[in-house]
Amino acid sequence: MKRHLNTLFVTTEGSYLAKDGQAVAVRIENETRLRIPLHNLDGIVCFGRVGFSSALAGACADSGVTLSLLTPNGKFLASVVGYSPGNVLLRRQQYRAADEAAATAEIAKNVVLGKIANARSVLLRGARDQKSAEAAERLRAVAKGMAGTLNLIRQSDDVDTVRGYEGESASRYFSAFSELVSVPEFAFTKRSRRPPLDAMNALMSFIYALLMHDARSACEATGLDAAVGFLHRDRPGRPGLALDLMEEFRPFLADRLALSLVNRKQVNGRGFETTESGAVRMDDETRKTVLTAYQTRKQDEIEHPFLGEKVSIGMLVHLQARLLARHLRGDLDQYPPFIWK
Amino acid sequence: MSYHEDDLLPISALQHLLFCPRQCALIHVEQLWAENQLTVEGSHLHEKADTPQHALDNTGAGSVRIERALPIRSLELGLIGQADVVEFHLDDARQIQRIVPVEYKRGRPKKDDSDRVQLCAQALCLEEMCGTEVTEGALFYGTKRRRQNVRIDEALRDTTLTTIDRLRTMIREHETPAAVFTKACKKCSLIELCLPTATSGERDVSRFVSRQLKAHLRATEPLSD
Repeated sequence: MKRHLNTLFVTTEGSYLAKDGQAVAVRIENETRLRIPLHNLDGIVCFGRVGFSSALAGACADSGVTLSLLTPNGKFLASVVGYSPGNVLLRRQQYRAADEAAATAEIAKNVVLGKIANARSVLLRGARDQKSAEAAERLRAVAKGMAGTLNLIRQSDDVDTVRGYEGESASRYFSAFSELVSVPEFAFTKRSRRPPLDAMNALMSFIYALLMHDARSACEATGLDAAVGFLHRDRPGRPGLALDLMEEFRPFLADRLALSLVNRKQVNGRGFETTESGAVRMDDETRKTVLTAYQTRKQDEIEHPFLGEKVSIGMLVHLQARLLARHLRGDLDQYPPFIWK
Repeated sequence: MSYHEDDLLPISALQHLLFCPRQCALIHVEQLWAENQLTVEGSHLHEKADTPQHALDNTGAGSVRIERALPIRSLELGLIGQADVVEFHLDDARQIQRIVPVEYKRGRPKKDDSDRVQLCAQALCLEEMCGTEVTEGALFYGTKRRRQNVRIDEALRDTTLTTIDRLRTMIREHETPAAVFTKACKKCSLIELCLPTATSGERDVSRFVSRQLKAHLRATEPLSD
């Protein structure tokens, strides 16, 4: 089992990836710049114009390395997947559960409980670090309101109600989010995704795209179908389950990383460009900074609340996928969400 | 009773079943597989044996033909696999006198029957395919470099047939038994997928979620001034 989840990010346009024995060789202008054994990797992510050989694609599929193609801004285009892993029983169970209102509601509930608890922790940690008493108070007030929602969700047994509470909590959370940003260039007013309309949103969207890639890999590696979610309704082309698995980690991993990059001035406003349409783009340098920070963060260790073991943060989404698989196969009475203390 | 070619089960699954029924189900029912150091070492040890070839060994009276990585199966028992090494002992007229399957194993002899059952299953396949009774086999252990002869007697045959039945039932029912956490788990390549500490015993997730949320709310209560 891979314990060291290293992802190779290829951001240099015009690079070519080839198979070299049991390793991937990165070539730029016909010169090999890097060679990494495949068994040390769990993913290869190519941004923009990056080529690869079919032999490499086959070797990646064979050794469980997710090879993904993203636009320069991190929008997912495609990934190379091998012959789907054979856990057909797990998949059928996943489809059955997704067709049953009660089973769907139960999984969605725990996903949302985890997400809201983790979002509250982000707000309250921000409140603790606030210099302004007023801002701290606003953060606490919003967190308090979200605590009430936690109880309401626990009592609901219908997935649409749960989705409603989730949406309401998310808008409360983002209404207070601006208090967490202490650098004026990154002032946050509201969440905008398609496209991101300011630097903070561009940064968050990019990190969500990285998390998305990891969540997809986790589904694939566990033998789950990334397209069939519980909280997220099926929509053609939308990886519902990968989105479900991401939820607990949006606040805990992505939002915190974005905030620390901004507040510690590891990224600055000059790395972002506003285009004619108002959409904001990150430059290459900033993208590299973010990728490095994301990878570094994934190496940190934390005690898994349910398993009681020390695991790397990069492993978390994979472990949650496996816990969901064990629930679907009947080993666990519910899906245990990841709640960050 | 005879099985169709499409319904043959791998001989290796018998060993998995005797080691741990859940491990067997994870591999053969759920199709999960993970390599760890032990499986990698095991496959290195097999490399020599896995290269199909045969050799003639003329030692005194008669001779021995050695077949490596020999595909074997039994339609009667519904098994398929590959024998590391099979010795065909020939008489002076080049007729097969005795057939002896030999399995290479890493580590030391195990306390359980799993290696002997695997060997017996191979013997049963060879009996069906070659029409000759197989009365002995041998196990070769990596660390000891010692050959251990095994009698394919009635008792071992019974144990093997019972194990085959249990395996068939498990695969037909699509059942994955619950985890039981033991010392052996630490050596198992599937521990990360099985999650025995999380799924064995009475783990009540709804109580876990309640506890987590209580702890979360306590930890995040604003300090009263």
